[in-house]
Amino acid sequence: MKHLLSIADLSREEILQILETAVSMHEVQHRDVKKLPTLRGRTIINFFFEDSTRTRSSFELAGKWLSADTINLTGKGTSVSKGESLRDTVKTIDAMGVDMMIIRHMASGAPAQIAQWTKCSIVNAGDGMHEHPSQALLDAYTMRQRLGDLEGMHVALVGDLTHSRVFRSNVLCLAKLGARVTLVGPPTLMPAGIGPWAQAEDITISHDLDAVLPTVDAVMMLRVQRERMSGGFFPTAREYAVTYGLTNERLSLLPDHAVICHPGPMNRGLEISGDAADAAQSLVLDQVSAGVAVRMSILYHLLSGEGSAA
Amino acid sequence: MSADRPTNTSPLLITGADLAGAGTGDLLVVDGRIAGAGPDAADQVPEGAQRYDADGLVALPGLVDVHTHLREPGREDAETIETGSRAAAAGGYTAVLAMANTTPVTDTAESAERIWDLGQRAGYVDVHPVGAVSKQLAGEELAELGLMARSRARVRVFSDDGKCVHDARLMRRALEYVRAFDGVISQHSQDPSLAGATACCHEGELSGRLGLPGWPGVAEESIVARDVMLARHTGSRVHVAHVSTAGSVEVLRWAKAQGIDVTAEVTPHHLLLTTDLLTSYDTVFKVNPPLRPQEDVEALRAALADGTIDIVATDHAPHVRQDKEHAFIDAAFGMLGLETALSVVSTVMVAEGRMSWADVARTMSTDPARIARLTDQGQGLTVGAPANLTLVDPDRKVVVDAARSKSLSRNNPWHGRELTGGIHLTMLRGRVTAREGLVWGAGA
Amino acid sequence: MCPARDQVSPGETAETGGRVVLAQAEINRALRRIAHEILEGNKGAEDLVLMGIPTRGVPLAHRLAAALHAVEGVDIPVGTLDITMYRDDLRSQPVRAMERSQLPEDGVDDKVVVLVDDVLYSGRTVRAALDSLADLGRPRAVRLAILVDRGHRELPIRADYVGKNLPTAQAERVSVRLVEIDGTDEVVISAPEGEGR
Repeated sequence: MKHLLSIADLSREEILQILETAVSMHEVQHRDVKKLPTLRGRTIINFFFEDSTRTRSSFELAGKWLSADTINLTGKGTSVSKGESLRDTVKTIDAMGVDMMIIRHMASGAPAQIAQWTKCSIVNAGDGMHEHPSQALLDAYTMRQRLGDLEGMHVALVGDLTHSRVFRSNVLCLAKLGARVTLVGPPTLMPAGIGPWAQAEDITISHDLDAVLPTVDAVMMLRVQRERMSGGFFPTAREYAVTYGLTNERLSLLPDHAVICHPGPMNRGLEISGDAADAAQSLVLDQVSAGVAVRMSILYHLLSGEGSAA
Repeated sequence: MSADRPTNTSPLLITGADLAGAGTGDLLVVDGRIAGAGPDAADQVPEGAQRYDADGLVALPGLVDVHTHLREPGREDAETIETGSRAAAAGGYTAVLAMANTTPVTDTAESAERIWDLGQRAGYVDVHPVGAVSKQLAGEELAELGLMARSRARVRVFSDDGKCVHDARLMRRALEYVRAFDGVISQHSQDPSLAGATACCHEGELSGRLGLPGWPGVAEESIVARDVMLARHTGSRVHVAHVSTAGSVEVLRWAKAQGIDVTAEVTPHHLLLTTDLLTSYDTVFKVNPPLRPQEDVEALRAALADGTIDIVATDHAPHVRQDKEHAFIDAAFGMLGLETALSVVSTVMVAEGRMSWADVARTMSTDPARIARLTDQGQGLTVGAPANLTLVDPDRKVVVDAARSKSLSRNNPWHGRELTGGIHLTMLRGRVTAREGLVWGAGA
Repeated sequence: MCPARDQVSPGETAETGGRVVLAQAEINRALRRIAHEILEGNKGAEDLVLMGIPTRGVPLAHRLAAALHAVEGVDIPVGTLDITMYRDDLRSQPVRAMERSQLPEDGVDDKVVVLVDDVLYSGRTVRAALDSLADLGRPRAVRLAILVDRGHRELPIRADYVGKNLPTAQAERVSVRLVEIDGTDEVVISAPEGEGR
């Protein structure tokens, strides 16, 4: 495996391998000496064209704890008029002889395009509305820690699906792990073409959160941007919170064993109430903790072993 | 047979060609005009006439493209009138209409005349400038349509292409105004509030999966529907540029049945390429309107075959490398098309039995010239007409090589693909402009 | 303790091919002797910790702990030390799955750690184990207990306690099988593939 561009590229076995290794990596996090020599001498560039403190520091720690040399770069974003083409920008860094670039970009498909232009290994840390593979893997890891094997489990994904890369990666990952997925949200926030897509992958669509919650083993609340109101996607924040938010009232609809996930950052009071975010069933902080371990596992699988990025 | 082109001075007898699907015959060209056409053209051959053996070739009237972007003035790094003309001649064209979205915009008589003069000076094809509908393509006030029509460039086609004339009142005024001089508005149908500037992938399952901003078919269809009703209401004619959806075809079919004076064009790429090609995020396939699913492609083919869509137009859109080497959503829209148009139509429509060569002559020469009201082109292979013609080798297999293009740009979606049918020779008013990959302009 | 399976005595050819050099009885005798040697060298059981190197070092460490208990009547802490991340040959092999490391409850700081493994060969595994141990804590001393030393060291490493010294040709294969993992107790030397027995 040379790149991690999309969950679609991973087989079920490869996903399970990454999650298994992550368990051991998680133990390193709790040691005094948070260091493994495994990736010593490897060079990793965190190339973030779109800002993100959380994901970037997670990847940076993952690289450093494996003894790789990691550097953070910020890109110029989508301002095409600034002159240098995206291709030139990445080829310049690639020419320095780096082993891996971890790319976050606001344009869907940018990491895949970059992988065509460069020699090093490429990890997609979030591209536009397309995918966020490491997030889906850490979500699966966190859910498995609490629920065990996800085969046959019912997971609901709730919120602004159309603009969410977390949703797209999770839908693919959960399917490969044998979970059953239900999508919940207003029709205006469902992705275009979701009808045939859902049919092909055996996904259920619902606009009634109250009906779905009692039947789930896990509910993942996705972030809703307030700016979507001006795009006509929903009328007011109040209406959204009442119809699709995980309110205090809705907490009691969840089965006792069910878990709550949120990729962050959270809009407390909009898609998730304060109590729900802090509830015992909430895995939000576990997700963050798992993030470094899962990312260590990803880097290990891509950069060590023969046949990996040379 | 000499490798050089035949000279212009002496009469020329082209023998044994299939005359636009009407059967085998000869063509006699004297002083830039067709002096004889058909099985008995050879009877009148004068002393000293050259001969050209066209056995196995199809003779078509010179192709006319009503939708090309030549980028000059403003982006001469991507294409110039000269290099675009060379590409056109290599593609069998004898006339092209150059869209107005240059820098500066072609919205005055002076700017129109400049483009006409540059085209004539290059001398590969007749370059007719398209005039902007609105000043600066801003979509607010009418440009000087009348003065452009009265200029030496004799502008008859007006378009804000690149952008849609989305204000209904402005579109109505434009449709009415150009009636005075038999002009026509060519509309780039895209409602900007349904498909904005970032929309780049047919809105459907694939755009959902890939996370690319969707360009729904209804953004085109709603404008087409509005414009045919405006055309009916004003009694004007209207032309729909680059039709891309089955829904638009349905509207056109209904409109024509009502007797509304609407014409429509389809590009070669919309006849063959589908939205699935975007899975790789390869920006060579980014175009506006976007590539659509197979169902739309089938509907467009059927519409071209049955006349609901009148003509083929290339929407040739050259771009320098760096404008395409960006993330998909940031890359420039457009594909090259002049050199491959005939081959694509030959492969998709003629070789598959959907159209005859006579249909090709109609959809790629005579009807485009008629829509654009050209006087010197598109008169077919008839005695007395200017000798604008192209000889096509219908069976030649061509593997497209982007590097061998006459265009300055290389954004070619056909690279590596095998097509059936190629241009053998192009002639502009009796002067050969292209033969076997070589081109000659004025003063050559 | 004899398991219910058929046992092969030394010299006979085992069902899987090759020559058996240690049968079950001899393996257990060796472990008992090593237990005595450890206690003698350490002057008792104080501060002793056994760390087994996966895979087969782990059941051996547990057996050694049982033998130490039988002699001294004390429970010696046993842990597991995964060395995958510390190997020096990671890039020349397919990606390896990690095993779990497990520190004993009181850790390894200021303890006498006895590393336990089945075969000592090039010494690289033990080198990796020393690096791995160093990241877990600071033992007072580290000792090495090995069931079989087959020679051909590539690093300056030697075992403190050896079950059996076994001179081998480099091309030969040494296989240790343990009841806990393989269902039988034996150490087998086999000829290289494709050659006669």
